[in-house]
Amino acid sequence: MSWETVIGLEIHVQLSTESKLFSGGSTGFGAEPNTHVDLIDMGLPGVLPVANKDAFYKAIRFGLATNAEINQTSSFDRKNYFYPDLPKGYQITQMGMPIVGKGSIKIMVGDQEKIINITRAHLEEDAGKSIHDLFEGETGVDLNRAGTPLLEIVSEPEISNAKEAVAYFKAVKQLVTFLDICDGIMAQGSMRCDVNVSIKKTEDKELGTRAEIKNLNSFKFIEKAINFEIERQIRVIESGESVVQETRLYDNVKNETRSMRSKEEANDYRYFPCPDLLPVVITDEELNEIKENLPELPGQKEKRYISEANLEESEAKIISSSKTMANMFEDACSKTDDSKLVANWLVGDVSALLNKDNIDIEDSKLTSINFATLIERISDKTISGKIAKSVLEDIWESGNDVDNIIKEKGLVQIQDESILESIANKIINDNPGQVEAYRCGKDKLFGFFVGQVMKETQGKANPQSVNEILRKLLN
Amino acid sequence: MSIQFKTIKDLLTMLKNKDISNKELVKDTYSLIKSNVHLNAFVTLNEEMSLKKAEELDKNKSSGNLAGIPIAQKDLFCTKDLRTTCGSKMLSNFIPPYSATVIENLENAGCISIGKTNMDEFAMGSSNETSFYGNVANPWGSNLVPGGSSGGSAAAVAAGIVSAATGTDTGGSIRQPASLCGITGLKPTYGRISRWGMIAFASSLDQAGPMARTAEDCAIMLNEMCSHDLRDTTSLDEEIPDFTSDLSTSIKGLKIGIVKEFDLSMLDNSVAQVFEESKKHYESLGAEFVEISLPNISLSVPTYYVVAPAECSSNLSRFDGVKFGKRCENPQNLEDLYIRTRSEGFGDEVKRRILIGSYVLSAGFYDAYYKKAQQVRRLIKNDFDNAFKKVDTIMTPTTRGAAFSSGSKGDDPIQMYLEDLFTIPANLAGLPALSIPNGMVDGKPIGLQLIGNFLQESKLLQIAHNFQISSDWHLKTPSGDIN
Repeated sequence: MSWETVIGLEIHVQLSTESKLFSGGSTGFGAEPNTHVDLIDMGLPGVLPVANKDAFYKAIRFGLATNAEINQTSSFDRKNYFYPDLPKGYQITQMGMPIVGKGSIKIMVGDQEKIINITRAHLEEDAGKSIHDLFEGETGVDLNRAGTPLLEIVSEPEISNAKEAVAYFKAVKQLVTFLDICDGIMAQGSMRCDVNVSIKKTEDKELGTRAEIKNLNSFKFIEKAINFEIERQIRVIESGESVVQETRLYDNVKNETRSMRSKEEANDYRYFPCPDLLPVVITDEELNEIKENLPELPGQKEKRYISEANLEESEAKIISSSKTMANMFEDACSKTDDSKLVANWLVGDVSALLNKDNIDIEDSKLTSINFATLIERISDKTISGKIAKSVLEDIWESGNDVDNIIKEKGLVQIQDESILESIANKIINDNPGQVEAYRCGKDKLFGFFVGQVMKETQGKANPQSVNEILRKLLN
Repeated sequence: MSIQFKTIKDLLTMLKNKDISNKELVKDTYSLIKSNVHLNAFVTLNEEMSLKKAEELDKNKSSGNLAGIPIAQKDLFCTKDLRTTCGSKMLSNFIPPYSATVIENLENAGCISIGKTNMDEFAMGSSNETSFYGNVANPWGSNLVPGGSSGGSAAAVAAGIVSAATGTDTGGSIRQPASLCGITGLKPTYGRISRWGMIAFASSLDQAGPMARTAEDCAIMLNEMCSHDLRDTTSLDEEIPDFTSDLSTSIKGLKIGIVKEFDLSMLDNSVAQVFEESKKHYESLGAEFVEISLPNISLSVPTYYVVAPAECSSNLSRFDGVKFGKRCENPQNLEDLYIRTRSEGFGDEVKRRILIGSYVLSAGFYDAYYKKAQQVRRLIKNDFDNAFKKVDTIMTPTTRGAAFSSGSKGDDPIQMYLEDLFTIPANLAGLPALSIPNGMVDGKPIGLQLIGNFLQESKLLQIAHNFQISSDWHLKTPSGDIN
């Protein structure tokens, strides 16, 4: 029997506003617990929310970039449930009139393109965090995150497997980072998703009963959780039982999903329009201004890199695929005229290291400034390309400053021709046999002499100068 | 010179003429509070701070319009560093770190917040019998209820302890106690006064307002209470007029609407009679009466008792024992913490409304109740819009009768809910409305309600002031021995 999988994603994107969705509280990450909390975030009696327009502007950018309907009048609703990290006992969200309506996004699965339709994207406030492992027998609550603006992006159930789900998530991540509406740092919870998975027999028209896996925060976990869930649902159905509609949690240690609550136990959220907030109206002027100032998107960058920086299409594609890498490229190009050199490093050595560690560039220790300096030092001949490779590896491990590494390890390239000439002479004198053989026509031995000079200088000799000097002395 | 039963205007003159110092005024006010302690009008006093402020005012003259005037604040407004209970056990230990905009505005005008007045728990009640801090007695008779929910504020003004107090009105909580205590109370247009710092009962209906002896004092108070507040997005960005400027303008030719659907035969005979006399009084002032129809008005009470509980069930969710307020002893787990904190912290009426509200919002019932109620609310609003094409104001009795004895409606919530029959429509429509004393029934005061069109507080106050300068019902003071 063949099974077909139907997947839909709800991605929560933390918008990079300065202040929270309904208060002046800071959205900064990593502060001491409960220090980024104002009266409104605490849900004190008598306080009222005021909507942060910047969150709307950022949501609209996403809508415009996905060719979505923008609802110039949108409104807020309350979703009521009790939890200690939900200070008001309700979450303010957009249930009835979301800011962003139907849109779509292009994803790449291998080299196949697919369009995934987006049902809607709405604004809502994040909850705080419950901390269960810090106090013996008690739970701590940190409200720093409470009220942080989220854009919840809901896809149509058009995703067919785990790989596509990851590709979709990556496409959304790429877009929101390029749009400068989210920092995309998944380790800090800036993007999380809930995944709805159901299976059906290929010939069936009706969708199967779905299970929702909550709160996945890495590509790896999304893929693994979906694959586990598909297998589980097939096992359930093939054993003659049926899948129940429920919410499940993914355990990344055991690599399994576990039931959290069934449909019967599900909260009745008692949604109703939030009486504290009037509908938010975006004027035509505001909308036009956002349109005109939309940041350059990956496709546009790719074209520009090919036409202006003379990159190959494959190079331009890789570099423009991530905001961080594109920024690195542009920053480094400002330090050299040789954009090909910059591209080679990014597509070559940097990409190889990323692949080796299986991480994204923003999760590496390489900063844009450091990379630009590295390129600058290659261009001004302070270090050779070969030395630069070892410097990059050093940065990759330590995150140290390029100039410090060069200085501390004494890696400055030897340019002085008299020094290089005396070393070359020494090599020639020490190897009379090889000199003889070379002069009798064994041209390949030229490399041997270059290697010996490099060895003697610990790789610091300027390779071009070495070539010239050896040619002069040997011929 | 006694300060009892003085108006704001009187007190300002006395202060200006140095007939009394600011400190003496505050001291005398506390003496009155103490000699009226049986009323139980106050939950928390602010004596030390008030005396300090008065002393400062005696030293440095303030430019505030209400400098030195003692005001009783309903215990629903958050007051920085001063306990705010909202009449509930749940907040018996709550000391807000901030003040409501209304409090700030009044204090910036020089008012002295003398204390926090008793009220029905979370403003849910019409008799001040649901307060955790005990019943409030009506100054006209200690066995009579003062009305609610702003019962403590009404009693404090009626007893002449303070010239004015703040109240809030969600379905009649300023006007009904004003009627039962024989004072003047105004509920402004929804959004006129900021809700920032008002502990929410039903957010789309709640509105703060002044309670005083006269319409003129209400206008003086309103001048200071209003502001466009960026912290409340429902606060109106409208010009705030000087509400005192038109008070004495004649109302000759004014058109007053009488609601066809309010059958006066449903009232006590004597209440109907008082109402008829007020009509004659207004006719003598040159007003004309026009019958108007509010076809959906009979749906007001049921609509209100869907919308208000729905909003309250959500607004009161924050009282969960986690962050502030009461927490039950030794919770065994999270569910136990919630259940016992809320079971112990809330009184019966609050629980009843949370239950109703949760029910009407629940899946499968939302469309039939909450959504339908909002649609009806729109119809009621439209009825008023049509009526105000024909008339300048709409006149009704404020209440069906005068103050009743405490405990007399305790077992029947519906009877209590009908107390607000005449007052609820203005809240549903967001319109300004006030109550002025217009007669006596069995020795007890009773009130007349005037409902105005959107933002027409000035006109309402003018109509009320015209009545008061030609009558003396508002000047009657309670003897305290009526049953």
